[in-house]
Amino acid sequence: MSMLFKPVILWTDALIYLLVMVVLAFVWYVRRNEHMLAPWRRVGHSASGMAALTVLVFFIAIGLLDTVHFRPAVENSGNSEKVYSVEVLSLLDVIAEPLRTRVEKTYSAPFAAHLYARETIELPDGGQIREFPRLQFGGAHLQNPAAQLAADVTWRAAAGAGLGVLVWCVLVVLLSALLARRDNERFLPTLSAIRRGATEIPWNAVLVTLVLILSLLGAALALSTHYHIFGTDKVGQDVFYQSLKSIRTGLVIGTLTTLMMLPFALLLGIMAGYFRGWVDDVIQYIYTTLSSIPGVLLIAAAVLMMQVYMETHPELFDTIAARADLRLLFLCIILGVTSWTGLCRLLRGETLKLREMEYIQAAHAFGVSHWRIISRHILPNVMHIVLIATVMDFSGLVLAEAVLSYVGVGVDPSMISFGTMINAARLEMAREPMVWWALLSAFSFMFTLVLSANLFADAVQDAFDPRVRTWPLKAGKLQRTGRGEDPETKPVAAAVKDSSSP
Amino acid sequence: MLNYIIRRILYAIPILIGVNLITFTLFFVVNTPDDMARMQLGIKRVTPEAIEKWKHERGYDKPLMFNDSEEGAAKFTRTIFFEKSAAMFAFDFGRADDGRDIAHEIKTRMLPSLAIALPVFLLGLVAYITFALVMAFFRATYVDFWGVVLCVALMSISSLFYIIGGQFLISKLWHLVPISGYGSGLDAGKFLVLPVIIGVISGAGASTRWYRTIFLEEMSKDYVRTARAKGLPESIVLFRHVLRNAMIPILTGAVVVIPLLFLGSLIAESFFGIPGLGSYTIDAINSQDFAVVRAMVFLGSLLYIIGLILTDISYTLVDPRIRLE
Repeated sequence: MSMLFKPVILWTDALIYLLVMVVLAFVWYVRRNEHMLAPWRRVGHSASGMAALTVLVFFIAIGLLDTVHFRPAVENSGNSEKVYSVEVLSLLDVIAEPLRTRVEKTYSAPFAAHLYARETIELPDGGQIREFPRLQFGGAHLQNPAAQLAADVTWRAAAGAGLGVLVWCVLVVLLSALLARRDNERFLPTLSAIRRGATEIPWNAVLVTLVLILSLLGAALALSTHYHIFGTDKVGQDVFYQSLKSIRTGLVIGTLTTLMMLPFALLLGIMAGYFRGWVDDVIQYIYTTLSSIPGVLLIAAAVLMMQVYMETHPELFDTIAARADLRLLFLCIILGVTSWTGLCRLLRGETLKLREMEYIQAAHAFGVSHWRIISRHILPNVMHIVLIATVMDFSGLVLAEAVLSYVGVGVDPSMISFGTMINAARLEMAREPMVWWALLSAFSFMFTLVLSANLFADAVQDAFDPRVRTWPLKAGKLQRTGRGEDPETKPVAAAVKDSSSP
Repeated sequence: MLNYIIRRILYAIPILIGVNLITFTLFFVVNTPDDMARMQLGIKRVTPEAIEKWKHERGYDKPLMFNDSEEGAAKFTRTIFFEKSAAMFAFDFGRADDGRDIAHEIKTRMLPSLAIALPVFLLGLVAYITFALVMAFFRATYVDFWGVVLCVALMSISSLFYIIGGQFLISKLWHLVPISGYGSGLDAGKFLVLPVIIGVISGAGASTRWYRTIFLEEMSKDYVRTARAKGLPESIVLFRHVLRNAMIPILTGAVVVIPLLFLGSLIAESFFGIPGLGSYTIDAINSQDFAVVRAMVFLGSLLYIIGLILTDISYTLVDPRIRLE
């Protein structure tokens, strides 16, 4: 019995699955503990935070679809042995099959039916003319693009967006019905409560975001079957497809880096603060030394050495995808190693404070072991710092990836990411006529991702930070004090950003 | 005071040794000099002689940490680790792959880097503090709200976008200043305008928000309430009391980056074609010039440590309550 495909679990895939499981376990744990649920409720009350979360969920869904990898079987009838393609595909690739496979010859503008450059075409009668050839796929169904294109695009976009809105209406009805049932309310009053924003969770903000996403998504899907909605790049690949693929890379960098650095930061930070003495001295020395090397330079040096290592150890990977993936993993590890110092310093400080607390002194007096005190009494009480640092770092890391890829120390050139897209497109601005669409779509996807991550991080920080105070005088919703932005504990992502922008 | 400074400088030495150890591990232990030679000369067609020659040219043809073939102290001194580290501390960085002396390159390239980084730093400081003060003055109004929204939006834009967008808009579309390049003397001015403007804008979001946070934190303190209770107008409270006290965290946060200004900025310099240390580093990374990258890592750490010492000193200058013992 042979299969149509062979599942492939790349290194980052495995870690993402692990991360998803950790998050699910965390959710399950939080739901059972009221005191842990309370700050999350406050996150849920933030309209901007929930709207940002809605966008993030879409990005995460795309990223997860792009994480399930496999190698399709190659059709060869003669052999009984099944042969699998060397190309590693993901579920997203299958869904976006038309986008991936319909490759044009070279540049074409968004919604174009013709190539972007003139070519010499041989006429049947032997003569030659220079003109813009028709695209193989984009707008190929049109007889006379000049006349039909605008109407066709408008019609398809409207139909797609309409379908999206229809789906949204169904969702609104479902949500209202669910809420009404839960609260033993009638349907219509619930609907109007949602509209007025009178619900506990600001569903109106979520739904407004959702209708935007769904209509845009609907329009994009309806159009991308017949057009290259963001144009094509130099080798004729669809830019919309590249933008979708970049999402996973950004998410991986933003999340796995944190996963890599957490063990270091937690273990060393708590140990330094708890045991003090020589342990503290050694750990302080380590992080002072590491953090005194400017972030980008350390990353550059480490990535350079990693390149040499991978060049001399080709046995570590068997496909190009595996190689690119391994490099991505190394990049996450390097970013993690260079960025744990800030969090470690914060954790050490907090632990120093906590260990003098009476309940911990009492635990000492009862003869509770060090390990138990750390895991039962200290760890849960520093988790809010870890959480805030995690969400605050995410957006910086996504931005840092683009900068690092530009410098040449980012992801593998064969891996599609915002950084490699920008890097490939930056020379195109100098072309006449200018090719702008690849840059613009990379930047707008990145902006949407980072902006929603920033807004969500703000909501989380507001809810979890005990130092956040509301302004005592009047409508103090806007007032808060920040932390974690102490220049001495600036995370590496910020450091990368700093040195990229003088 | 002097006592303290001397102690801080002495404390910096083990950290520099640590930095040196880390870079050494990265550059010589993770990959042996043989690996580097093979990488540089091309994996396929490389003879053992070529590798030996490459290593000999750079002084890499010795044992890493311990030389068995020598006598006495030379067992430790005739090694890559000792020779390279000792040279590093004497600011002798050796030669780059193109044969030029790295220390000399660094000296000549510091000035162009500084010519961009210093104006960006000073203008930025003034601009961000002004904006943050305005937002703090109009706190809890629409000015403040939209100011914060703008800051978050600015923060979310990639620094690459500012540079590419700025080059396109100002240089290509409006033809106001040259897209990139660098001149000597006053001629350099017209090349510096665009990088400086873009530098200030791209740092605006995060810094303004941070300064606003500092101002607001300061404004919730008791002495501000007392000043208000005395009947002082809000503008005097803000400018005379809050601003002065908030300068302590702002200045000390700014001082630490001053020495790092010499390093310039990686991205901006390479986009604008400015022959500074940032573009030097990028070129070295792209051409895999290990010696240059190693020198820059060492230099960067040294400058950062100097920055930390300056920060501690500046604490005593702006805040008389702090005494360094």
